[in-house]
Formats: sequence, C-alpha cells, structure tokens
Amino acid sequence: MEPAFAILIGLFFSVAVYLLMSRQLVRVLLGVAIFGNAVNLLIFTSGRLLREVPPVIPAALQVPDVTIANPLPQALILTAIVISFSFFAFLLVLAYRAYQELGTDNVVEMRVAEPTGETAPPQGY
Amino acid sequence: MSITGPEATFAAVLAPFAAAAIAPFATRLLGANAAWPLALVPAAIFLFFAGLVPEVAGGASFAPAVDWVPAYGVSFSFYVDGLSTLFALLISGIGTFIILYAGGYLKGHPHQGRFLSFLFLFMGAMLGLVLGNDLITLFIFWELTSITSFLLIGFDHLRAASRRAALQALVVTGGGGLLLLAGFLMIIALTGVTDMATLLAGGDILREQALYPLVLLLVLGGAFTKSAQFPFHFWLPNAMEAPTPVSAFLHSATMVKAGVYLLMRMHPVLGDTALWTTILPIFGGITLLVGTLLAVRQTDLKLMLAYTTVASLGLLVMLTGTSWDKAIEGAVLYLLAHSLFKGALFMVAGTIDHEAGTRDVTRLGGLRGAMPITFAAACLAALSMSGLPPFVGFIAKEYLYDGIWGASGAHLTITAVAVIGNALMLVIAAAVALKPFLGPKVETPKHAHEGPVLLYAGPVALSLAGLAAAVMAHATGVYFISPVVSSVLGTATVVDVHLVPGYIGAALILSLITVALGIVLYLKLDVLRAQMQRLLAAIGWGPDKGFDQVIAGLVSFSGSFTRLVQGGRLDVYMTLTFLVTALALLVPLTLTGNWPSAVPMPDLRFYEWGILAIAVSGLIAVLIAKTRLTAIVSLGIQGFAVAVIFMLFGAPDLSFTQFMVETLSVVILALVMTRLNLRPRDHRPLVPRVVQGTIALGVGVGLAALLMRVTELPFDRSLSDFFETYSRTIAHGRNIVNVILVDFRGFDTFGEIAVVMLAGLCVLALIRVRPKHAREEAFDRAAGDEALQKSGEARL
Repeated sequence: MEPAFAILIGLFFSVAVYLLMSRQLVRVLLGVAIFGNAVNLLIFTSGRLLREVPPVIPAALQVPDVTIANPLPQALILTAIVISFSFFAFLLVLAYRAYQELGTDNVVEMRVAEPTGETAPPQGY
Repeated sequence: MSITGPEATFAAVLAPFAAAAIAPFATRLLGANAAWPLALVPAAIFLFFAGLVPEVAGGASFAPAVDWVPAYGVSFSFYVDGLSTLFALLISGIGTFIILYAGGYLKGHPHQGRFLSFLFLFMGAMLGLVLGNDLITLFIFWELTSITSFLLIGFDHLRAASRRAALQALVVTGGGGLLLLAGFLMIIALTGVTDMATLLAGGDILREQALYPLVLLLVLGGAFTKSAQFPFHFWLPNAMEAPTPVSAFLHSATMVKAGVYLLMRMHPVLGDTALWTTILPIFGGITLLVGTLLAVRQTDLKLMLAYTTVASLGLLVMLTGTSWDKAIEGAVLYLLAHSLFKGALFMVAGTIDHEAGTRDVTRLGGLRGAMPITFAAACLAALSMSGLPPFVGFIAKEYLYDGIWGASGAHLTITAVAVIGNALMLVIAAAVALKPFLGPKVETPKHAHEGPVLLYAGPVALSLAGLAAAVMAHATGVYFISPVVSSVLGTATVVDVHLVPGYIGAALILSLITVALGIVLYLKLDVLRAQMQRLLAAIGWGPDKGFDQVIAGLVSFSGSFTRLVQGGRLDVYMTLTFLVTALALLVPLTLTGNWPSAVPMPDLRFYEWGILAIAVSGLIAVLIAKTRLTAIVSLGIQGFAVAVIFMLFGAPDLSFTQFMVETLSVVILALVMTRLNLRPRDHRPLVPRVVQGTIALGVGVGLAALLMRVTELPFDRSLSDFFETYSRTIAHGRNIVNVILVDFRGFDTFGEIAVVMLAGLCVLALIRVRPKHAREEAFDRAAGDEALQKSGEARL
C-alpha cells in the first residue's frame, strides 16, 4: 500500500515545489497550500497505513485489543493542519496587501526591501 | 583556596579582574588619585610572586589546578616556575607604575575609569597567559590579551587612525591566535597531553612526531604575530595610537613579549631542531634590522621607540632561535633589561608629550632645565638601552655577544646583525634621551615643566631598577636569570652574572665596536634619516599598505558576493533552495545505495484507486488552470481527496479537520482573489519552466524514494505503544489522538493555539493598516469637499 502513496506524495511535492518557484504570487500561495498537504501525507504514510481502525479504545477495555491505526502521526498532523491553515491565511492577507501597496503580483517586481543597484559597502575604518 | 602559597596564584590572576570592576567607581569617587589605591592591587601581586622567588630559584615549580571542563579534559590550571615567575613579576611590577602613570597621564579625562578598567583587564589576561598551564587556559588568556589590546588601542575611538590601528592589531594577533589554537589542538591530538608541565617533562614527545614541522609552524604563527616579527611587524608601530601608558605597558614591556614567552616556554619541547634554528634566527634577524632601520627614519619619539621594540623582539627571537645555551642566557638578560628600560623610555616620551605638547623630536630641545627628574630617568634608561655600564643592558649585551661569538664558536652573520642592530639601538636611545633635553631651548606648543609625581614615579623606578639589577648582579643571576634559563633550556642551569667582565674577551671588543659604530651613526643621524626616507619612498609598498588592500578587497568581495547570492528575487531564492533540497535527497540516496527495491503492485481496493486518481486530477488541474476560479476549485479537489484518504485509513479526526480547513481555504481564497486582478497563468519562458520542472520533479522523486525506503524498513512502534498503553490507564481518555494532544503533549497544543492567535492578530493588523495612497486619497477627498463647500458658501 505504502509505495502507491509514496508516489502520490512525490507528485504532491513536485506540483507544490513547481508552484512555489513561480513569479506569480497566487501560484506561490497555491503551492504553499499543496505543500502543507504533501507534508501531512508524508508524516501519515511514514507512520504506516492501516485501514478503517481508528485509534480509539473500546469502552469496555483499558488498552486496545486489536491493532489500531498509529495515533502518533495523527496527533502530529492534527497540529500541523491547524498551523498550516493559519500560516496560509496570513500569507494570503500578506499577498493581498502587497498587491494593494505595490500594484503587482509579480515577485520579480517586488523590490522594496532589496532595491536594485544598491551601493557597495563603505570602505575604510 | 588558600591565600598563601602557590594555590593563591588563582587569586593573583583573578585580582586584576576584580580591580577592573572597581576602577570606574573608584575614579568617580577619587578622580585621578584613585590610581594610588588601585596600584596597590598589582603591588600586592608583585609581592606575592616575589615571595615565591626563593622557592622557585631553588628549582621548585608548582602547578595548581581546578577542573574546568572535565568531559574534555580541560582544567583551569597554572604553572609557576622560573620563567613564568619572572614574567609575572614584570607584569605586576611594571603594571603598578603604569597604573600610577595612567592616573597622572589621563587626569581629568572623562573616561579615565574605563581606561584603568581596560588596563586591569589586560593585566589579568597577561598574568593568566604567562602562568597558564593547561593549553586551553593559556589560549583563552592569549586571546583575552588580544581583545584587551584592541580595546586599549581603540580607546580614542573617535579618531579613524585609532580605529584602524585597533582593528589591525586585532586582525593580525587574532589571526595568529587561531593558528596557535590549531597548533595546541594538534599537540593535544598527537600526544594526548593537555598541559604545559606534562609536555615539558615529556622530552622529545613532540620532536619525534611526523607532524612536528606543522605543529612548529602553527605555534610560530601565533608567536610571530603577537611578537610583531617581520612581516607581521606593522601592527605594533600603528598601535602607538593608544595612550602612552598602553604603549609602555602592552606594546613594549609585556604583551608583545607573549610571543617570545611562548617560544621560550616551548623551547625544551619544540626547540633545538634544524627547522627551529633556521626559521627563528632568519626571521628574528630580519626583524632586528628592519626594526632599527625603520626606527631611524622616524621623528616621533613614540614611533622611534616602537620600531626599536620591534627590533628588540627580533633580537630575542633570533637569540632564542639559536638554541645555544649562552645565547639564551643573553636573551633572558636582555628580556629583563628591555622591559625595564623600554617601559621607562615610553613613559618619558609620554611625559614629554604631556608637558611639552609635542613628541616630534625635531621640535624639541633644551628641556633639561624644565624637567630635570624626567631627564635623569631618561638618561639612566637610555644608558641601559645603549648597553653601557653599569646597567643591566650592558650585562645583557656582554652575555649575548659571548653567546653568539665566544662560547659557541664564531657566527659571523648573526654577530654582524646583532652588532649593527645594537649600534642603531644606541643611536635611537641617544636620540630619544638626549635630543629633547640637550641643546638650545626650543619653543614648544605647551610651556614645559616637570610633571606630577604620578608621571615621573614610573620612569624613575624602572630606570633605577635597571641600575639595581646590574649593581646587584649576583643576586639577579641567582634569583631571576638562573631559574629562567633553567626553564628555557629544560635543565637546571646556574648562570653566574657579574657586572665587571671577568676577562677582556671577544664580547667586550664587540661591545666597544658597537658603541663606536653607534656614536658615529648618531652624529650622522640626519643624513641616515634622509637616506632611509628616500629608500622607503622608492619602495613605496609595505605590509601596512598591504593590510589596507586586503581589508578593502575583503569588503568589496563580500559586497559583490552578497549581491550575487541575495539578488532580491524570490523565484531565484526558491529555485536555489529546492535545487539544494533535491541534491541533498538524491545524492545521498545514490551514494549510500539506499534506493528502494522494486515496487510490487500495491494491493489497493478500487475505491482507493479512485480517490488517488481524484487527488492526482486535482493537482494537475491546479497546474493547468486558466482562470483563478478553476485553480481555486482544483485546489479544493486535492484537499478533499486528502481528507477522504485520512478517513479511509483510520483517522476520522484528521479527516474532519481537513474538510473544515479546506472548505475555509477555498472560501477565503475565493473572497480575496475575486478582489484582485490577478492572473494565475504562468507567463514564464520555456527554458526556466523546464529547469524548474526538473528541479520540482527531482524533489518529488527524492522524497517519494526516501519514503518508500523508509517504509521498507521495520517500524519502531515504541512511542505509539506507550500512548496506547497509558491513554486510558493514566489519562483516562479513549480517543488516543485527543489524549496525546490535550494531555501528554498539552503544552505543544498550547503553543499551537498561540501560533494561531498570533497569525490571527497579524492578519488583523495587516487589514487594519490602510495603504498610504488610500489614506491620502481619503484626505484629498475630504479637503476637496471642504473647498467645494467653502466656494458654495462664498457663492451664496
């Protein structure tokens, strides 16, 4: 089962990375969203896959009596989903405001912090 | 830790650091007179080491130690023997008078307290250096002297020349310090010995190593930069930018001798090899000649003295480099003599500068009447420097001539270099001590008169000490010279020092030649100076200029390199980052042969294949979407596919969260994007698209292969088992994922909530801060309305 998912995750990463390298901010944002999913699936799969047995202990037992899905990656991913969502929302608003201020969505033209033609550092002591 | 006996060495080394903390407050309370009580600290240290002298002279040595970093075998330890005791006495003894002198010299200066503080810090560092036993302890104090020297040279930091000199000294001595560290680490790695005392007892332990030449070169790199040997001599004269107390203390009497100290200290284990007796005399000899010749050119009293200091250090290195017993006796005597007379002369030069307002020798003259005490001290010190009886400088010269000509056979080159160097030193001594005081009175910028007792106490005491050491030659030999020579040679040696030469030998004749040559050259000083200036103008380039070129080159290189790698384009940064990521994944997989084995046909059910296909189609749709709405919806497709995958593989909590988040993402994306006139289509040319596509594929393939390989290996379930076992029994929860989040890792979740809150606040702030032009527009509109209203009112 895992190899099929590994290939799918590879594809997720390829698409995300390709989008992240774009010059259009919107595509970069799409890349960030897909990248988050790719990482979550990577964590999920490296904890090994098991069908349809959620990590919940039956009411009558103290410890699970059958093999259950690995709870650890799920706990990690649950945190990751929430954080990547807030990160995504922040980036989205940042991009929106950058567009409002600079009038462009092309990262090549966004040069307020690192203007072109900077002078050489001062010589002397 | 007791306060008497060798254990108190710790207290002695740490006392100056304590004094450094007190100095600013004492100066604020007492002004310049704070120097008196503060000078008690080095005086007490001097008395402590003086108390150890009889034992040390008897051949005893102590190595008090405390553990410092036991895991790495590093201890905080000191080694008290003849050599380190003499140095400690010089540092604390001269230091006492330097503190007094600094009190008078910087009287009324707003930062006098800070200055004294730096001086004390240096004193502590220097004491630690010469007493350091553990190699790491020694190295740390070695670097501390470089740093405190930087602070002192740059004390007058408002002048560019000071800043340059400070930086130069730090770069040169700090760079050498790195070489020394490498040398020490090699010594530790090769021999397993971490302290000097054991090393010195080890005999040929280093000389028999195959890597001995490298160790020697690294140690020499540290010693030569610190002791300003040619071609690293240039920083020392520039360091004269520092106030004169610093020049007298650091850059003549103590710190610059650290390199010579190290060579003498390590002579028993590193010295007396073909390499040693070749490199040291050559560099020492060149330094001696270059130093004296450059000194002749100068007209600034301090610079003349500085270059003779370079020369004297060269002489010491040359003598130490011969490894001949008698020459080393001469070197030790000269070391003692030099510290005394050079410290005194520097203070004299500073007093002249302080009282007359200039230290240009051509603008000084006839000060003997105005400054009789200073003149007397200058004469005594200059006589010692000239090597005339009855001063310790004379004895030193007799012994060193005996060492290189008489006792060990006749060595023409070294002797010739020494004679010329000493003769030129006599010229400078005479120029510094006689020229400003004798002759007709010259008008000086300030009306010259004798300085306060704080200023002349030092020169008088040090020059008298030079006389006393010679008059009591026998005691000097027994208590100071013999123990030091024993340390340097590594065997117990008795040196019989006497003032009157026992016989008319070669040494005395060489001395007479030196004096005669010196007098002739002194009379021709002006001609000689003009010649040297012409010669240097013809050469035009020197290491000092080279230093500027190196620094300028470094700055412009780092500037252009920064512009190259930080071009300010996000897509370039991203591309480079992912290129490195792809390489970091693929190269190790290939090199270590960890590519996954052949993939079997996965045993997926048909609906699982279906959901995989939906995810893939969502991804492809995002890539090729022509309008922004298509892209957003396609993003939703892959997100919901991921949610379904979570549901199918036993993670309902994840699935639920993912559905919520994806829905929200799509909604707010749609909200924001419809307000912007954005083009989601890619408009890049083909070539970068292919390159970036390849890189993206590389990252994808690398991560997929890594994941496949990981899942081929057995799985360590210990953490998961732990949570399964204790989730109900300890934390009383049945949903294990929830128990982990809110109980076992509750603080992590707390952090997560903090992140979400922070992101929310940032979003709010970004939205609330209005764009500048929007604000202006609003303002303009308001102003326009007002104007309209007014014109309307006017019309009415």
